[in-house]
Amino acid sequence: MGDFWGTMAEAISLILQWDTDLIGIIALSLRVTLTAVAIACVIGLPLGAVVGAFRIPGRTLVTVVLNALMGLPPVVVGLIVYLMLSASGPLGPLQLLYTPTAMIIAQTILVTPIVAALTKQVVEDLHGEYAEQFASLGVGRIDRVLALLWDARYSLLTVALAGFGRAVAEVGAVLIVGGNINHVTRVMTTTIALETSKGNLQLALALGIVLLVLAFCVNAAVMAVRASAVRAAYV
Amino acid sequence: MCEALRDTPMPPTPVAAPASPVLVSAAGLCFDAGGKRLIDDLDIRIREGRCSVIMGANGAGKSLLLRLMHGLLTPSAGEIRWRGRPMDRAARRAQAMVFQRPVMLRRSVLANLRFALSVRGLRAGDRDSRIFEALRRARLEDMAHRPARVLSGGEQQRLAVVRALACDPELLFLDEPTASLDPSSAQAVEDLIAHARARGVTVVMITHDPAQARRLGEDLHFVHSGQVVESGPVQAVLDHPRSEAAQAWLDGRLFVAPGQSTPT
Repeated sequence: MGDFWGTMAEAISLILQWDTDLIGIIALSLRVTLTAVAIACVIGLPLGAVVGAFRIPGRTLVTVVLNALMGLPPVVVGLIVYLMLSASGPLGPLQLLYTPTAMIIAQTILVTPIVAALTKQVVEDLHGEYAEQFASLGVGRIDRVLALLWDARYSLLTVALAGFGRAVAEVGAVLIVGGNINHVTRVMTTTIALETSKGNLQLALALGIVLLVLAFCVNAAVMAVRASAVRAAYV
Repeated sequence: MCEALRDTPMPPTPVAAPASPVLVSAAGLCFDAGGKRLIDDLDIRIREGRCSVIMGANGAGKSLLLRLMHGLLTPSAGEIRWRGRPMDRAARRAQAMVFQRPVMLRRSVLANLRFALSVRGLRAGDRDSRIFEALRRARLEDMAHRPARVLSGGEQQRLAVVRALACDPELLFLDEPTASLDPSSAQAVEDLIAHARARGVTVVMITHDPAQARRLGEDLHFVHSGQVVESGPVQAVLDHPRSEAAQAWLDGRLFVAPGQSTPT
């Protein structure tokens, strides 16, 4: 028990020293995660909205696939992206393996089905409420999708949050495609795994604390926005 | 209906020519759902410039009929015509509908109106004057920036009516627009309907209130078991119903038609 509190104290001390290596790791983690979530939202929000709002051919199949992909094993995604980006893979000439871009690609693949599947559910519920009014007004398909996404924006914040949670905590895929190279592709989760294996528990715990605080802050911010929207009856 | 409603003078209703042209007609209309025929070989004619009231028991098919005429549902058989021609996109855009439970977008009162008008392709400059007029008419100017969903039921229904009217329809469908409203809210909605009538908008309205039908309506179509069993001037149908179903409904009796298993 004494060891735990001692390690915790050293970890907090490391954070308070504002170590440049630590800052670099945190910054790269946030850059990779936020970029992946943003790309996943650009793809997943309209995809989910279209599947949720319209009786398109193959809708059930798309829904099943999206739901199944929500549980994609990160190491499998990492392996597939690795094979695609490796020198002998189809995207080898791009030379993206072991770069932050490769990590963003892997995280985007992991997060997009989550965003799309949850968006589909949110939009489907809202469309059930709006459908007759839209039909009566003669709202076109594109306007319909945009209106649904806009009116569901506070619920979709929670969807994006779910994607952020998945991406920021992910370790398997980014480890495979990023390689955990110091000052290049080393992010919080991969560093925690590495430092723990090396017995450097202070740094691992320091990063763990930062990760928890970040997750808490992002959740709190989204919940605050959503609560204000609920009070204003926009949800 | 309360005295307040009965005694309140309504705006003048335009007098239509005795033989107004038919705006919407349906012939041999059928609609099936869940293996049951809910609208059964129904014929109806809605005359232009008039207020047609549709009455009938719950489950008779009144709301279905409105949705079929407005194009929200596709008939299983039969045809709906607009000025004698098949209903097309332009005809549908000349119509608007207000639902029994108003559908408010998760936006401000102003944004609800703005959305409806932008969908109809109005330019921003033209939109603003119509929005201002609609808010004034619905007495919602002070609530323009409030979320529409926090308005009371009566305020939401007024907003729904002026939102529909702001689209400048030739034909307005109203599905029990004052159901579950208190007398003063119902009065406010009736004022808006009377204003629409004064502008020459053809109105088709479902109501269960004979007094309201007398106040607002000119023609009455009585629906029973998915068929229009009686049509005529409101006064005549309400005072001297010819069909057994209308007689029974007005007397507050259950009526079971021959071959019908359950009363309506």
